[in-house]
Amino acid sequence: MTYTTLSPAGSAAPPETERRASRDLMRRVRWKPAEIVFWLVAAASFFLLPDRHLLLSEIVILGLFALSLDLIIGYAGVVSLGHGAFFGLGAYAAGLTSIHLTGEPLTGLAIGGLAAGLLGLLTGPLLLLRASDLTRLMVTLGIAMLLLEAANRAAWLTGGADGLQGVMIDPLFGRFEFDLFGTTAYAYCLVVTFVTFLIARRVVSSPYGLSLRAIRDNALRARSMGIPVGPRILGIYAFSALIAGLAGALLTQTTMFVSLDVLAFHRSADVLLVLVLGGVGYLYGGLVGALVFKLLQDWFSAITPEYWMFWMGLVLLVVVLIGRDRIDAAPRALLRRIRGEGRA
Amino acid sequence: MTAALETIALEKRFGGLVATDKVSLTLEQGARHALIGPNGAGKTTFVNLLTGVLPANGGKILLGGQDVTGKNQIQRARLGMGRTFQINQLFGDMTPVESLGLAVSERMGGGADFWRRIGTRSDIMAEITGLIQRFRLTEVMDHPTRLLPYGKQRLLEIALALASKPRVLLLDEPAAGVPEAERGELLETLAELPRDVSILLIEHDMDLVFAFAERITVLVNGALFASGSVAEIMADPRVQAVYLGSSEHA
Repeated sequence: MTYTTLSPAGSAAPPETERRASRDLMRRVRWKPAEIVFWLVAAASFFLLPDRHLLLSEIVILGLFALSLDLIIGYAGVVSLGHGAFFGLGAYAAGLTSIHLTGEPLTGLAIGGLAAGLLGLLTGPLLLLRASDLTRLMVTLGIAMLLLEAANRAAWLTGGADGLQGVMIDPLFGRFEFDLFGTTAYAYCLVVTFVTFLIARRVVSSPYGLSLRAIRDNALRARSMGIPVGPRILGIYAFSALIAGLAGALLTQTTMFVSLDVLAFHRSADVLLVLVLGGVGYLYGGLVGALVFKLLQDWFSAITPEYWMFWMGLVLLVVVLIGRDRIDAAPRALLRRIRGEGRA
Repeated sequence: MTAALETIALEKRFGGLVATDKVSLTLEQGARHALIGPNGAGKTTFVNLLTGVLPANGGKILLGGQDVTGKNQIQRARLGMGRTFQINQLFGDMTPVESLGLAVSERMGGGADFWRRIGTRSDIMAEITGLIQRFRLTEVMDHPTRLLPYGKQRLLEIALALASKPRVLLLDEPAAGVPEAERGELLETLAELPRDVSILLIEHDMDLVFAFAERITVLVNGALFASGSVAEIMADPRVQAVYLGSSEHA
């Protein structure tokens, strides 16, 4: 069929129009200065805070986990209360790999990620049967509960309530021993997170990523345009599960221990909280949220060891009620006010 | 030549209510065909049946001669069934350039590509800018859609449907709610739609119907009431009685 009137040759747009259009499309692809600063600061933290590597590793792992959740909530609009299932599966898969197969860390990491990704691929279709948020919350929560109970029962494999004993991780590349101070661990977590972030960033700024945002915005329209909504959501769900599995594997490898706690409900709840603190839909939310969450946790539990959850809950309420956009706008507004008064 | 779209005794019931009563309609290639009828005549149900939003209880739908009755919404869209919505269904957070880019790249089969950076295919870029110009969206092309004036949103609604290069385009009340000042622009754009897309216009606004359509089908109580050229329908006393002339009789 010929669409003569629509062909590019028939409608030679002025170069200015073309430039504006391409600038608009590239705006999400291009690296912003703040992003570069963010990663430079992250790298600098390795050298500047040598005695905090253990805490920093925890933060980065939580951040990577939250990033995986952001991919489905922020980009595909799929809510989950059971993302811990993938984190936990990745953690167990990495632990079992080290016991039964090899202690080589990258192999364990890959197996942890792939196992979780596979679980995501298998359970994802359940989320597509009924596309309401409540159903999705319950389905994901249910899967996480099933997995927790299964791990509890399969004590011969997982060690049950005692946890998985005997996880030993070989030195990274045969050279860097995982030390007690967490130095190797932090470098390892940081690099894995950075590389995963780069891949995730590339995916969300691809045509596929654009179609996910369209589905989140208006699934009815996306369908009427012929976008296969189900397979697209399934794809990002499995990818997100894979990344959650990587985060779980990192936890196992850096702590050399796995317990049922990795599958506990609070993992799924915490990661959601982290993402809400950091903001959804821009990939950095999980990382920033993890930092804020851990620092607040540290700070509150130092002030009131028994009631830190109370203060955490309060902060969460304030963040949600004030609204992210207003919080994000505050520094700029403050800056403007200071400048304005400086001039007056 | 096979018709662009054909329905054979298409039927839809909601419990005891017959919303579409054995409607057989033929949309010729390149048609400018209007579907009119009083409120509650079942026009929107008919569109939903054609696009696959609702399943039919009986009858057949042929798209370019191919039976699509059993196909879902997405499959029909991929086979060339395009539509616009009576109430805008747009991507509020995306810009017109992004929305159109999405539609074009989906059509070209690049929609599942998760590794290419957007804005790097010159054939897609050329088509986006072509659509932007044709639909008079140049000024607002990089603004978030939800901030666009209503008339521009309406234009984008049609542009988005056309970007998929449908064989059949169902325009569901394209001028609904457009303020008088922005109306002229919309009507001009409609008149300039490419001739190789066959259009079924569902409309209330008789001025628009007479300006745009070459054939008219009248739907009353879910059933086909009359069908013919614009002149025939205008001259038909029965149509005037139930629909056109109802206000004159009052």
